[in-house]
Amino acid sequence: MGKKKFFRYSMQDKTLLMVGYVLLGLFVVAIIIPMIYIVVGSFMDPITLQNKGITFDFSKWTATAYQRVFGNAQIWVGFKNAVVYSVVFTVISVFITLLAAYPMSRPDFKGKGFFNVIFVITMFFGGGLIPTYLLINNLGMKNTMWAIVIPGAFSVWNMIIARTYYQGIPSELREAAEVDGATDMRYFFMILLPVCTPVIAVLALWQFVGMWNSYFDALIYLDDTAKQPLQVVLRSILIQNKPESGMISDMQSTAERAQLAELLKYATIIVSSLPLLVMYPFFQKYFDSGIMVGSVKG
Amino acid sequence: MHNQYMNAAQEVQDAERSREEKIMKTGAKALPPRGSGKAKGGLKDTLLYVRQHWQLYLIFLLPALVLTIVFRYIPMGGILIAFENYNPIKGLLDSPWVGFEHFQRFLSSPDFLSYLVNTLKLSVYGLLWGFPIPIILAFLLNRVGSAKIKRKIQLVLYMPNFISVIVLCGIVKILLSVTGPLNMLLGTSTDFMTMPEAFRTIYIASGIWQGAGWGSIMYTAALSNASAELKEAAIIDGANIFQQIKAVEWPAIKDVVIIQFIMSAGNIMSVGFEKAYALQTDLNMRSSEIIATYVYKKGLLDGDYGFSTAVGLFNTVINVILLVAVNKIVARMNEGKGL
Repeated sequence: MGKKKFFRYSMQDKTLLMVGYVLLGLFVVAIIIPMIYIVVGSFMDPITLQNKGITFDFSKWTATAYQRVFGNAQIWVGFKNAVVYSVVFTVISVFITLLAAYPMSRPDFKGKGFFNVIFVITMFFGGGLIPTYLLINNLGMKNTMWAIVIPGAFSVWNMIIARTYYQGIPSELREAAEVDGATDMRYFFMILLPVCTPVIAVLALWQFVGMWNSYFDALIYLDDTAKQPLQVVLRSILIQNKPESGMISDMQSTAERAQLAELLKYATIIVSSLPLLVMYPFFQKYFDSGIMVGSVKG
Repeated sequence: MHNQYMNAAQEVQDAERSREEKIMKTGAKALPPRGSGKAKGGLKDTLLYVRQHWQLYLIFLLPALVLTIVFRYIPMGGILIAFENYNPIKGLLDSPWVGFEHFQRFLSSPDFLSYLVNTLKLSVYGLLWGFPIPIILAFLLNRVGSAKIKRKIQLVLYMPNFISVIVLCGIVKILLSVTGPLNMLLGTSTDFMTMPEAFRTIYIASGIWQGAGWGSIMYTAALSNASAELKEAAIIDGANIFQQIKAVEWPAIKDVVIIQFIMSAGNIMSVGFEKAYALQTDLNMRSSEIIATYVYKKGLLDGDYGFSTAVGLFNTVINVILLVAVNKIVARMNEGKGL
């Protein structure tokens, strides 16, 4: 980091900078406070939480809420399904998208304009909810994992990002490979993909996060509770106020049940969000290079 | 460190690109690569190209093409449902044709205007509040001198983006519940989730909380591409912060801002279903029922396929018109440069 000795700010600029830093600080604090509140709240006992809110008196903290959440079978089923759907979707989707982006990135590809129009139209115009639903129903995909992972597997937007990234790779690489007699497949898998890690990482993260966090498709296509992903389970606990029956049924009074149900929301939020929040910092180094090159220059 | 790296990378890329262009100009005649070069037009050349590069079509493009045709274009044919009383047993082609009846029913119903206005208000206000904040965040981030601190701030700013819509709405409901922290703080017991007047504020504020940091990422990246030398020169010339922003930083992100604006303004009618539906309660319906949630309820919960498809189609068409219009307007203001 070079020393910026000659960066002399005037008085006015210094005040302005201070105001800026304060604003930024406020925004950061505004993001953190609700998170801390939920974390601390998840360790309260249900009655204190309802009457007094949270306390930082650690001696009063309990892990009851977590025991109940982890002890619930439906949460685990949801977790397992979410992992399976997200992994399968990410693999299929990133693979198809990376493949399709390659011909579209070649200046000499015949039919590029035509295919481009076909793809881009779908970004702005579609059949809508009911026709898509009926189609998936008719294909016999309803109530199977495939209804969730296949229809959205090819993303035009991601294809454009991958294409732009490929275009930043010097074309001499390809010419050299062609002179050596490498087929398109060979060049793509052996030479091109290995130098595209940042964009692959970013696309994979996006698709994984997108699938992990979505609930609408699962809501309309999966009726079987054994197939529901985590977000649908969460929806009944957090939004519909219907905790999984096993979680609170041992409580005697309705009031106690309601208090406990409220507390369980805190722990459920933490348990379900933690995996992604822990995972994403490892991808942060790819954000600038991957997203930048793809979207800005596109 | 980071800025320098980005600049170096940028320069290398630029150098490579100009070299590439030179090679394209000079080398094309001397060494025509397979299937390209002078092969412009001509059915024969095209066929030759396809034969030489069949893998590009059959292996690379085919999967995406099949998915697009099956899951994007075939449903477009299903739009016919909007013009008939769809009967699943009779199928798409034999169901009784009703023309524009569904559209008339929707447009003349008393609820139509309210759903349309709810949708528009939600997204227009969302755009007005939500669009500038990521840009401001990026400017502020760009002024953080230490790369380490900047990275830590970014880590926090991006975090809410990785929380799901359901969990976000769960957090909102907890914070705003009658016995929740906000009411404790204010010493009141208001049930915000049942107030139609509060719905839009809740929706937009939670959207900013979740998305503003992540939305700043592209602007931050574009700003760190702004030439450091240019900025140094501006500082040596005695430019103050406002002048630096005007002369160096704004030009660096202007194009990104314009693209982002067209994209979001063009998507004004496609307000996300997921969040609106999750924040809806029976009592705030007056402002929370938008076209997307109405389409879902009419179609999948009530089974009124034809009507629901018509409403959805209406929404899509307005959206396309808006996109084209915004693109035209921006292009006119921006010396002919649109999307």
